[in-house]
Amino acid sequence: MSGPWRSASGGSSIDRSRPVRFEFDGRPYQGFAGDTLASALLANGVHLVGRSFKYHRPRGIMAAGPEDPNALVTVRRDAARYTPNLNAAQVELYEGLMAESQNRWPSLHFDVGRINDYLSRFLPSGFYYKTFMWPRKAWHGFYEPRIRAAAGLGRAPSEPDPDTYGQRFAHCEVLVIGAGPAGLTEALAAARTGVRVIVCDEQAPPPRTSPADSAGEWHDIRAQLAVMPNVTVLARTTAFGYMPHNMVALTERLTDHLSAPLKHVPRERLWQVRAREVVLATGAIERPLVFPGNDLPGVMLAGAARTYLGRYGVLPGARVAILTANDEAYRAAVELRAAGVEVVALADLRPQVMGRLPEAARQAGMTIRTGTTTVGTRGDQHVTALGLCAIGADGTVSGAVDWIGCDTVLMSGGFTPSVHLFSQSRGKLTWDASLQVFVPGAAAENCRCVGACAGEMGADSGGSWLGALPRPEGPATGKSFVDWQNDVTAADLDLAVREGFRSIEHIKRYTTTGMATDQGKTSNLNALAIAAQRLRRAIPEVGLTTFRMPYLPVGFGGLAGYARGELFAPVRKTPMYDWAAERGAVFEPVSLWQRARYFPQPGEDMHQAVARECCNVRRACGMFDASTLGKIEVVGPDAVEFMNRMYVNNWSTLAVGRCRYGILLRDDGFVYDDGVVARTAADRFHVTTTTGGAPRVLAMMEDYLQTEWPDLKVWLTSTTEQWAVIAVQGPKARAVIELLVEDVDLANAALPHMSVARGRVCGVPALVFRVSFTGELGYEINVPADYGADVWRAVWQAGQAHGICAYGTEAMHVLRAEKGYVIVGQDTDGTVTADDAGLSWAVGKSKPDFLGLASLRRAALVDPNRKQLVGLLTSDPNVVLEEGSQITATASLRPPMKVIGHVTSSYYSAVLGRSIALALVSAGRSRMGQTLYVPTRTGESSVTVTNPVSYDPKGERLNG
Amino acid sequence: MLLIPCPYCGVRPELEFSYGGQAHIARPQTSASAEEWAAFQYERVNTRGPHAERWRHTHGCGRFFNVVRDTTTDQILRSYRSGER
Repeated sequence: MSGPWRSASGGSSIDRSRPVRFEFDGRPYQGFAGDTLASALLANGVHLVGRSFKYHRPRGIMAAGPEDPNALVTVRRDAARYTPNLNAAQVELYEGLMAESQNRWPSLHFDVGRINDYLSRFLPSGFYYKTFMWPRKAWHGFYEPRIRAAAGLGRAPSEPDPDTYGQRFAHCEVLVIGAGPAGLTEALAAARTGVRVIVCDEQAPPPRTSPADSAGEWHDIRAQLAVMPNVTVLARTTAFGYMPHNMVALTERLTDHLSAPLKHVPRERLWQVRAREVVLATGAIERPLVFPGNDLPGVMLAGAARTYLGRYGVLPGARVAILTANDEAYRAAVELRAAGVEVVALADLRPQVMGRLPEAARQAGMTIRTGTTTVGTRGDQHVTALGLCAIGADGTVSGAVDWIGCDTVLMSGGFTPSVHLFSQSRGKLTWDASLQVFVPGAAAENCRCVGACAGEMGADSGGSWLGALPRPEGPATGKSFVDWQNDVTAADLDLAVREGFRSIEHIKRYTTTGMATDQGKTSNLNALAIAAQRLRRAIPEVGLTTFRMPYLPVGFGGLAGYARGELFAPVRKTPMYDWAAERGAVFEPVSLWQRARYFPQPGEDMHQAVARECCNVRRACGMFDASTLGKIEVVGPDAVEFMNRMYVNNWSTLAVGRCRYGILLRDDGFVYDDGVVARTAADRFHVTTTTGGAPRVLAMMEDYLQTEWPDLKVWLTSTTEQWAVIAVQGPKARAVIELLVEDVDLANAALPHMSVARGRVCGVPALVFRVSFTGELGYEINVPADYGADVWRAVWQAGQAHGICAYGTEAMHVLRAEKGYVIVGQDTDGTVTADDAGLSWAVGKSKPDFLGLASLRRAALVDPNRKQLVGLLTSDPNVVLEEGSQITATASLRPPMKVIGHVTSSYYSAVLGRSIALALVSAGRSRMGQTLYVPTRTGESSVTVTNPVSYDPKGERLNG
Repeated sequence: MLLIPCPYCGVRPELEFSYGGQAHIARPQTSASAEEWAAFQYERVNTRGPHAERWRHTHGCGRFFNVVRDTTTDQILRSYRSGER
């Protein structure tokens, strides 16, 4: 197959002996192995490939690389492998490839959204701030969803991603980004010194069998690099982010070019490369020209046409008009003519051209129209003519327009160095007045730019044009696009300046120029030039917007890598997890832990299970897996002094073998954590923390110990995972465990409430705590974690005779709320003092210092109107308030209303036969007995303020 | 990602560290004025240029130490132990 749009021979990348079938918008086509989707579509005469973002204008392929702003397509392998917004010039063709155009309805050739183009005078820059303002309510419900639906890129896939993605760290002495001539030369020179070299390039590797041509020398270098053991060559690999200290992020695409994904190969691999030196050989990008109708399919960059011809043997058209301000475009003229394309016009914006390349064109018999501009193009869905017009000696345009019939317009405004990565590295850009571009200046990292990226453009590439082309006086006849992908025109930039924007950063955000997925690769400099001209300032004075990561869009899959599903976050399980799972426990995540929430029996819902578990604990006994509690061993001759300075309590008076409820404040006076602390030796404390707070409490302790009090002889060790903790709670608790415990006297007198003893449980060394978070007689058996499951089973067996049940975190919450015990982080929120929470009894007021002491003197922290913890009883005992509900002092208020507090904990207590709640209420302790109001979804509940302790207020049950 | 020189372990990637905020803010005596305590609690500089800050080698030796980092370039000028200047 050759067809009218393939040259008779040539095409260094394609293999004409291997035809490849593919589909675009459901129609079958054929290309060759080595084609990109863009080259194969052009070879089939398909130029219209998408609709523009805002105006839905027909768009074609403008470039041959990552800078192309138009040809965004969706590639679909199956329902799950559906990737939108791919650049057709970067999609490698494979057998059976299915691609779809985007942002069109009902079809690419007939798109209803095109009406936006004709309504465009109602849709100027920032139109969503100016129009659609009335009626006000319609914005959220009507205008915004429609604007969002009409403006758009492709759809996201609806199925989970079935592919895998790899991630890798790498180190090297030299990282070369870009494997063009400049990059390859640098890579070889570095590799010959024996150091580790990584070379990456975003394109597919050129075929090894490529015919010897001017590129032969580079094939040689590639072949040499390929066999050097100290060199890694990464193809299809885009460097997209330049992080501090020479870390560069690369994304390597491993299977997207294959006709089927490979089973054991990741689809992409994210590389994080730390390099001693980075060599940027990222080349330069050709600039389009800004003139009316410059976005019609068939209008293309001159360099792109050369690439399609040279690499893929593709003819962009039969009758080509060329408009340039740069000598390189003459290569396209000569090469296309040699391939049999008629060059119907060859025009140059410059008054004189006399470089080597224009001379070659002249010698080939072509006439160059110098000093020529265009008034625009003609055509509906493809360009049919280009209107040329002479520029007068004074720079004005007034003469007759010569409409040249053509099917292709090639343009070139010169080349912009690809300084994106250099700029990301915080290197300074400097304005090169002769090249009229920004080039790399002082580097911020150990990094060098080489080749076109450094402004080394070669002797034959002189000439450039920035900003809109000169055109006759009077209103324009069509839109002159600056940013194709975001549909930003020269008129939009004019408008932004007229409306008072001065900073290029503001102009960028207002017009959205350069903010599309191509990040303004083709548009930034033209936009800047237009803004500078309107602002009557020099380009370097106006300055360039900041380049940011990523250089090209990067898929979420590659960034997520292995961190998906089960590997998204580590899962922490206690030794008793399997036992609970076997019994059908329902689990809930608590920080990274999976904790048993309740143990439903057949037919029970959560409410019933929790009610049964609570009643069982209060009537007989229950056992609870408390292993997730944070545990820190505080050891050393200064352990008491350290604890005195950290916690509010007075630890000097705590005897060995006794426990105390400890409260930890931050230095700002607010509650940070709490937990039972046991003194297990004169110089040793067993500190427990909340489940979620363990790491931050240890970090805070280390901070003060290392940086404020380095003189204290104290050592801190996390022992959270060393101990399994089995809480046995309820009137029968002692009876359950007494046959299992050795060397510990469980009698009340020997082991009273809030005490601890060392001994053995089931023959295993244990710390037995007499503590309670339920208000019942309770023990917490700590055994080495490896024995946890066995001891748990033994307690379970022993408990059968006493009617024991296992209970989960939900029952634990209800039981503690019945007792008014707070949970830090639920009943406190980082703005609650110990006094607010009703815990001022714990504060060692005679101590000279502890964290938060100084702040507790602040007037705001002793204000009697602060929110204080209270209990709430609803007037209807069956109403369970929603946690987080607001509280008001008077009934039937309408928002905005004065709120005096909020509900922090709320449950149905089966033991009490009614609902209970804890709340933080302004001056709450002075409101006992008052009626307050809680607005609900359906109306309002009236509540009575009570003591937070609603069960066994005297605490008699603790003593068994 | 920064490369941070831990004074105890040597140069390691940022992943191993936690940030600890501005360095050399001493905790006042309990008897200090409310203003001094407020400054200790809440007042921090927003430096453009060399900035002394604390880091902790959380996933290494666990030690807190100080680093002078240029906030405009992220280049680390030096690192030293807590208590040193």
